[in-house]
Amino acid sequence: MAKKEIDQISGIETTGHEWDGLKELNNPLPRWWLWTFYATIAWSAVYWILMPSWPLLTDYTRGIRGHSQRAVVIEQVEALRALRAQHGADLADAALEDIQATPRMLEFAMANGRAAFGDNCAPCHGAGGAGAIGYPNLNDDDWIWGGTLDDIHQTILYGIRSGHEQARFGDMPAFGRDGLLDAQQVRAVANYVRSLSGLEVEPTADLALGRTIYEDNCASCHGDSGEGMREVGAPNLTDPIWLYGSSLEAIIHRIEVGGGGVMPAWDQRLDPVTIKSLAVYVHALGGGE
Amino acid sequence: MRADTATGGGGGSPGSLYARRKKVYPQKVEGRFRTIKWTVMALTLGVYYLLPFVRWERGPNAPDQAVLIDFPGRRFYFFFIEIWPQEVYYITGLLILAAMVLFLMNALAGRVWCGYLCPQTVWTDLFYAVERLIEGDRRERMKADKGGWTPTLVAEKIAKHTLWLLIAWWTGGAWVLYFADAPTLVRDLATFRAAPMAYMWIGILTGTTYLLAGFAREQVCTYMCPWPRIQAALTDEWALNVTYRYDRGEPRMSVKQAERARAANEPAGDCIDCFQCVAVCPTGIDIRDGLQLECIQCGLCIDACNSVMDRIGRPRGLIGYDTDINIHRRQEGKPEVWRLVRPRTVIYAAIIAIVGGIMLWSLATRAHIDLSVIHDRNPLFVRLSDGGIRNGYTIRISNKHLAPATFRLGLEGLPGAQLEVVGVASAADGIAGIIVEPDATRELRVTVSTPPGAALADATPIIFHLTDAATGETVTTSDFFRAP
Repeated sequence: MAKKEIDQISGIETTGHEWDGLKELNNPLPRWWLWTFYATIAWSAVYWILMPSWPLLTDYTRGIRGHSQRAVVIEQVEALRALRAQHGADLADAALEDIQATPRMLEFAMANGRAAFGDNCAPCHGAGGAGAIGYPNLNDDDWIWGGTLDDIHQTILYGIRSGHEQARFGDMPAFGRDGLLDAQQVRAVANYVRSLSGLEVEPTADLALGRTIYEDNCASCHGDSGEGMREVGAPNLTDPIWLYGSSLEAIIHRIEVGGGGVMPAWDQRLDPVTIKSLAVYVHALGGGE
Repeated sequence: MRADTATGGGGGSPGSLYARRKKVYPQKVEGRFRTIKWTVMALTLGVYYLLPFVRWERGPNAPDQAVLIDFPGRRFYFFFIEIWPQEVYYITGLLILAAMVLFLMNALAGRVWCGYLCPQTVWTDLFYAVERLIEGDRRERMKADKGGWTPTLVAEKIAKHTLWLLIAWWTGGAWVLYFADAPTLVRDLATFRAAPMAYMWIGILTGTTYLLAGFAREQVCTYMCPWPRIQAALTDEWALNVTYRYDRGEPRMSVKQAERARAANEPAGDCIDCFQCVAVCPTGIDIRDGLQLECIQCGLCIDACNSVMDRIGRPRGLIGYDTDINIHRRQEGKPEVWRLVRPRTVIYAAIIAIVGGIMLWSLATRAHIDLSVIHDRNPLFVRLSDGGIRNGYTIRISNKHLAPATFRLGLEGLPGAQLEVVGVASAADGIAGIIVEPDATRELRVTVSTPPGAALADATPIIFHLTDAATGETVTTSDFFRAP
């Protein structure tokens, strides 16, 4: 810089740089600021060495600390598992009723059960357990196979018609498809079944015939008055809750094709504590029995 | 305001883009404002260092420390107040109050916060006191720093930095005491059994205190702190500021010249250009240049100037808390006006009173129990086998008492409805015997069922009420009962 130039107006030295007649004043930065800036540059170099930083063609520099977010996550998940195992240990030994009656265990079982339900049960039973056609609503008090804690636990463990040797099993014959009843008889018994729960019947319906057919073919499982039978999973036909729908067509279809849904056995897929938690959670969903 | 006095003009080599810091050597001063500063320093540091050791009896289920920020337990204890995380709005209230108090202080007397109360000021002042104690006053320090290294100077510097580090370390140590039981933590720290986090924070705060109060000093106010900028936008012509009364000071001349001029009935200022106000300034500015960004308004220049005025037999107050308006008015021969009550101060004071009042009121009347209810969304309602309708809810009960509490849950607005709580036996008139641990919350699942045939709207308003069996305290929460 040849000569100091002082700006007339401000009395401050200029840097000598000029653009279109505008001159830059030299309002210097503090020097410590500059050194701080250099320090950050130095620190970035340290960081490149310590941490994964530079992308390569097919890989990246890993840094001498060997840090990786994935490893951190795995570590955290392990820590969480360990913590949960600790809480779960109590549940493993406790009876289902005791879990429900002990606030601390109940709280853990509800949280654990809610999570496991979302992962495993929600695809069929819905996120809130509201069910769907063919998949029972777990929030109501209508339990095809029983709604006590032990019943629910048993159902989750071994499933329904799952092929597991301890699974619950019940079979509704395909009265129509297998030629056990003709179409007119099916229609008559369907109307009669609707009348059991107070639903409207067709004006032309032969309820007397329907009743006779019911008593001959259905009462052995569904009960004389349609109250159902849990031992074989025969639903109660007198209440307003219908697994496959309450319309005449839906009932006719069910009588024609028979059968029933399959609930998988979970004893090989989930650990005992999770299954216990699920039983407590589902029991709480529907108020249980 | 001018910002260029202390920093501008290129303090480094000619043409350098980076300015070397002009080291400030504030001189010792005595007087009213210095006394105020000493007093405020003693009070604030006393509170900061000793408050963690104040005990407050809270019974067996809570810590007995008067002020405690309990992160693991997620509680904040302040004497008789216990704040839960969901009551974080008290912090919002405190922040509003803090901002408004700062604004009000600013409207009344400029940057009094900066001059007397700001931690940066307090600790810098303390560090200067230590420096002065060991290395001597302004002139000695300047001479020693220019004179090169001597064994005495090295010894003095070592002593100074050791003392600074001790103070900084004590400052960091006091900080962590607010986050754990103080006496226990002190013992653990001394026996190296405290959490690594505690040592880390002591280290960080020792470092920052040492750096900010020992080295950065006035540069924090000049470069780092946003308040001078904000303050400049908030101040007005009525605010009291440390002001050089140039109407009385100019033209500057020596004592003898002034005497001559006065004898000859010529104008003579009281300022004798002794630079005492500059020598004592902790930010190294000349107050006679007017109000400026670096000025923290600590008033030390007032003390310095007053002592000079006493010595030359002129009235005190050449520098004083004054307003620009009054200087102009005096020059015009009008009487001074002081207006502390004006819309700005009234509004700030009103906001402080209102926010403070609301906070006190809500603190005094807040319940020791709490009930929150979440309605099941999926499904909204369930048809039962007998034709009735059931709704599910998740409730959370907070027991802020420091003893276990037993609660009764009741329902209003849905005659004939049956209330059930999972895990708790129900009774005819509601649910009794819900036990919640001290200072804890409990989440429970609740179902409400109506008998078949009940006439129900889409959504029936209902009220849950929760009663503390021991105290009878009741809280209510409204929700809805959904039906097809």
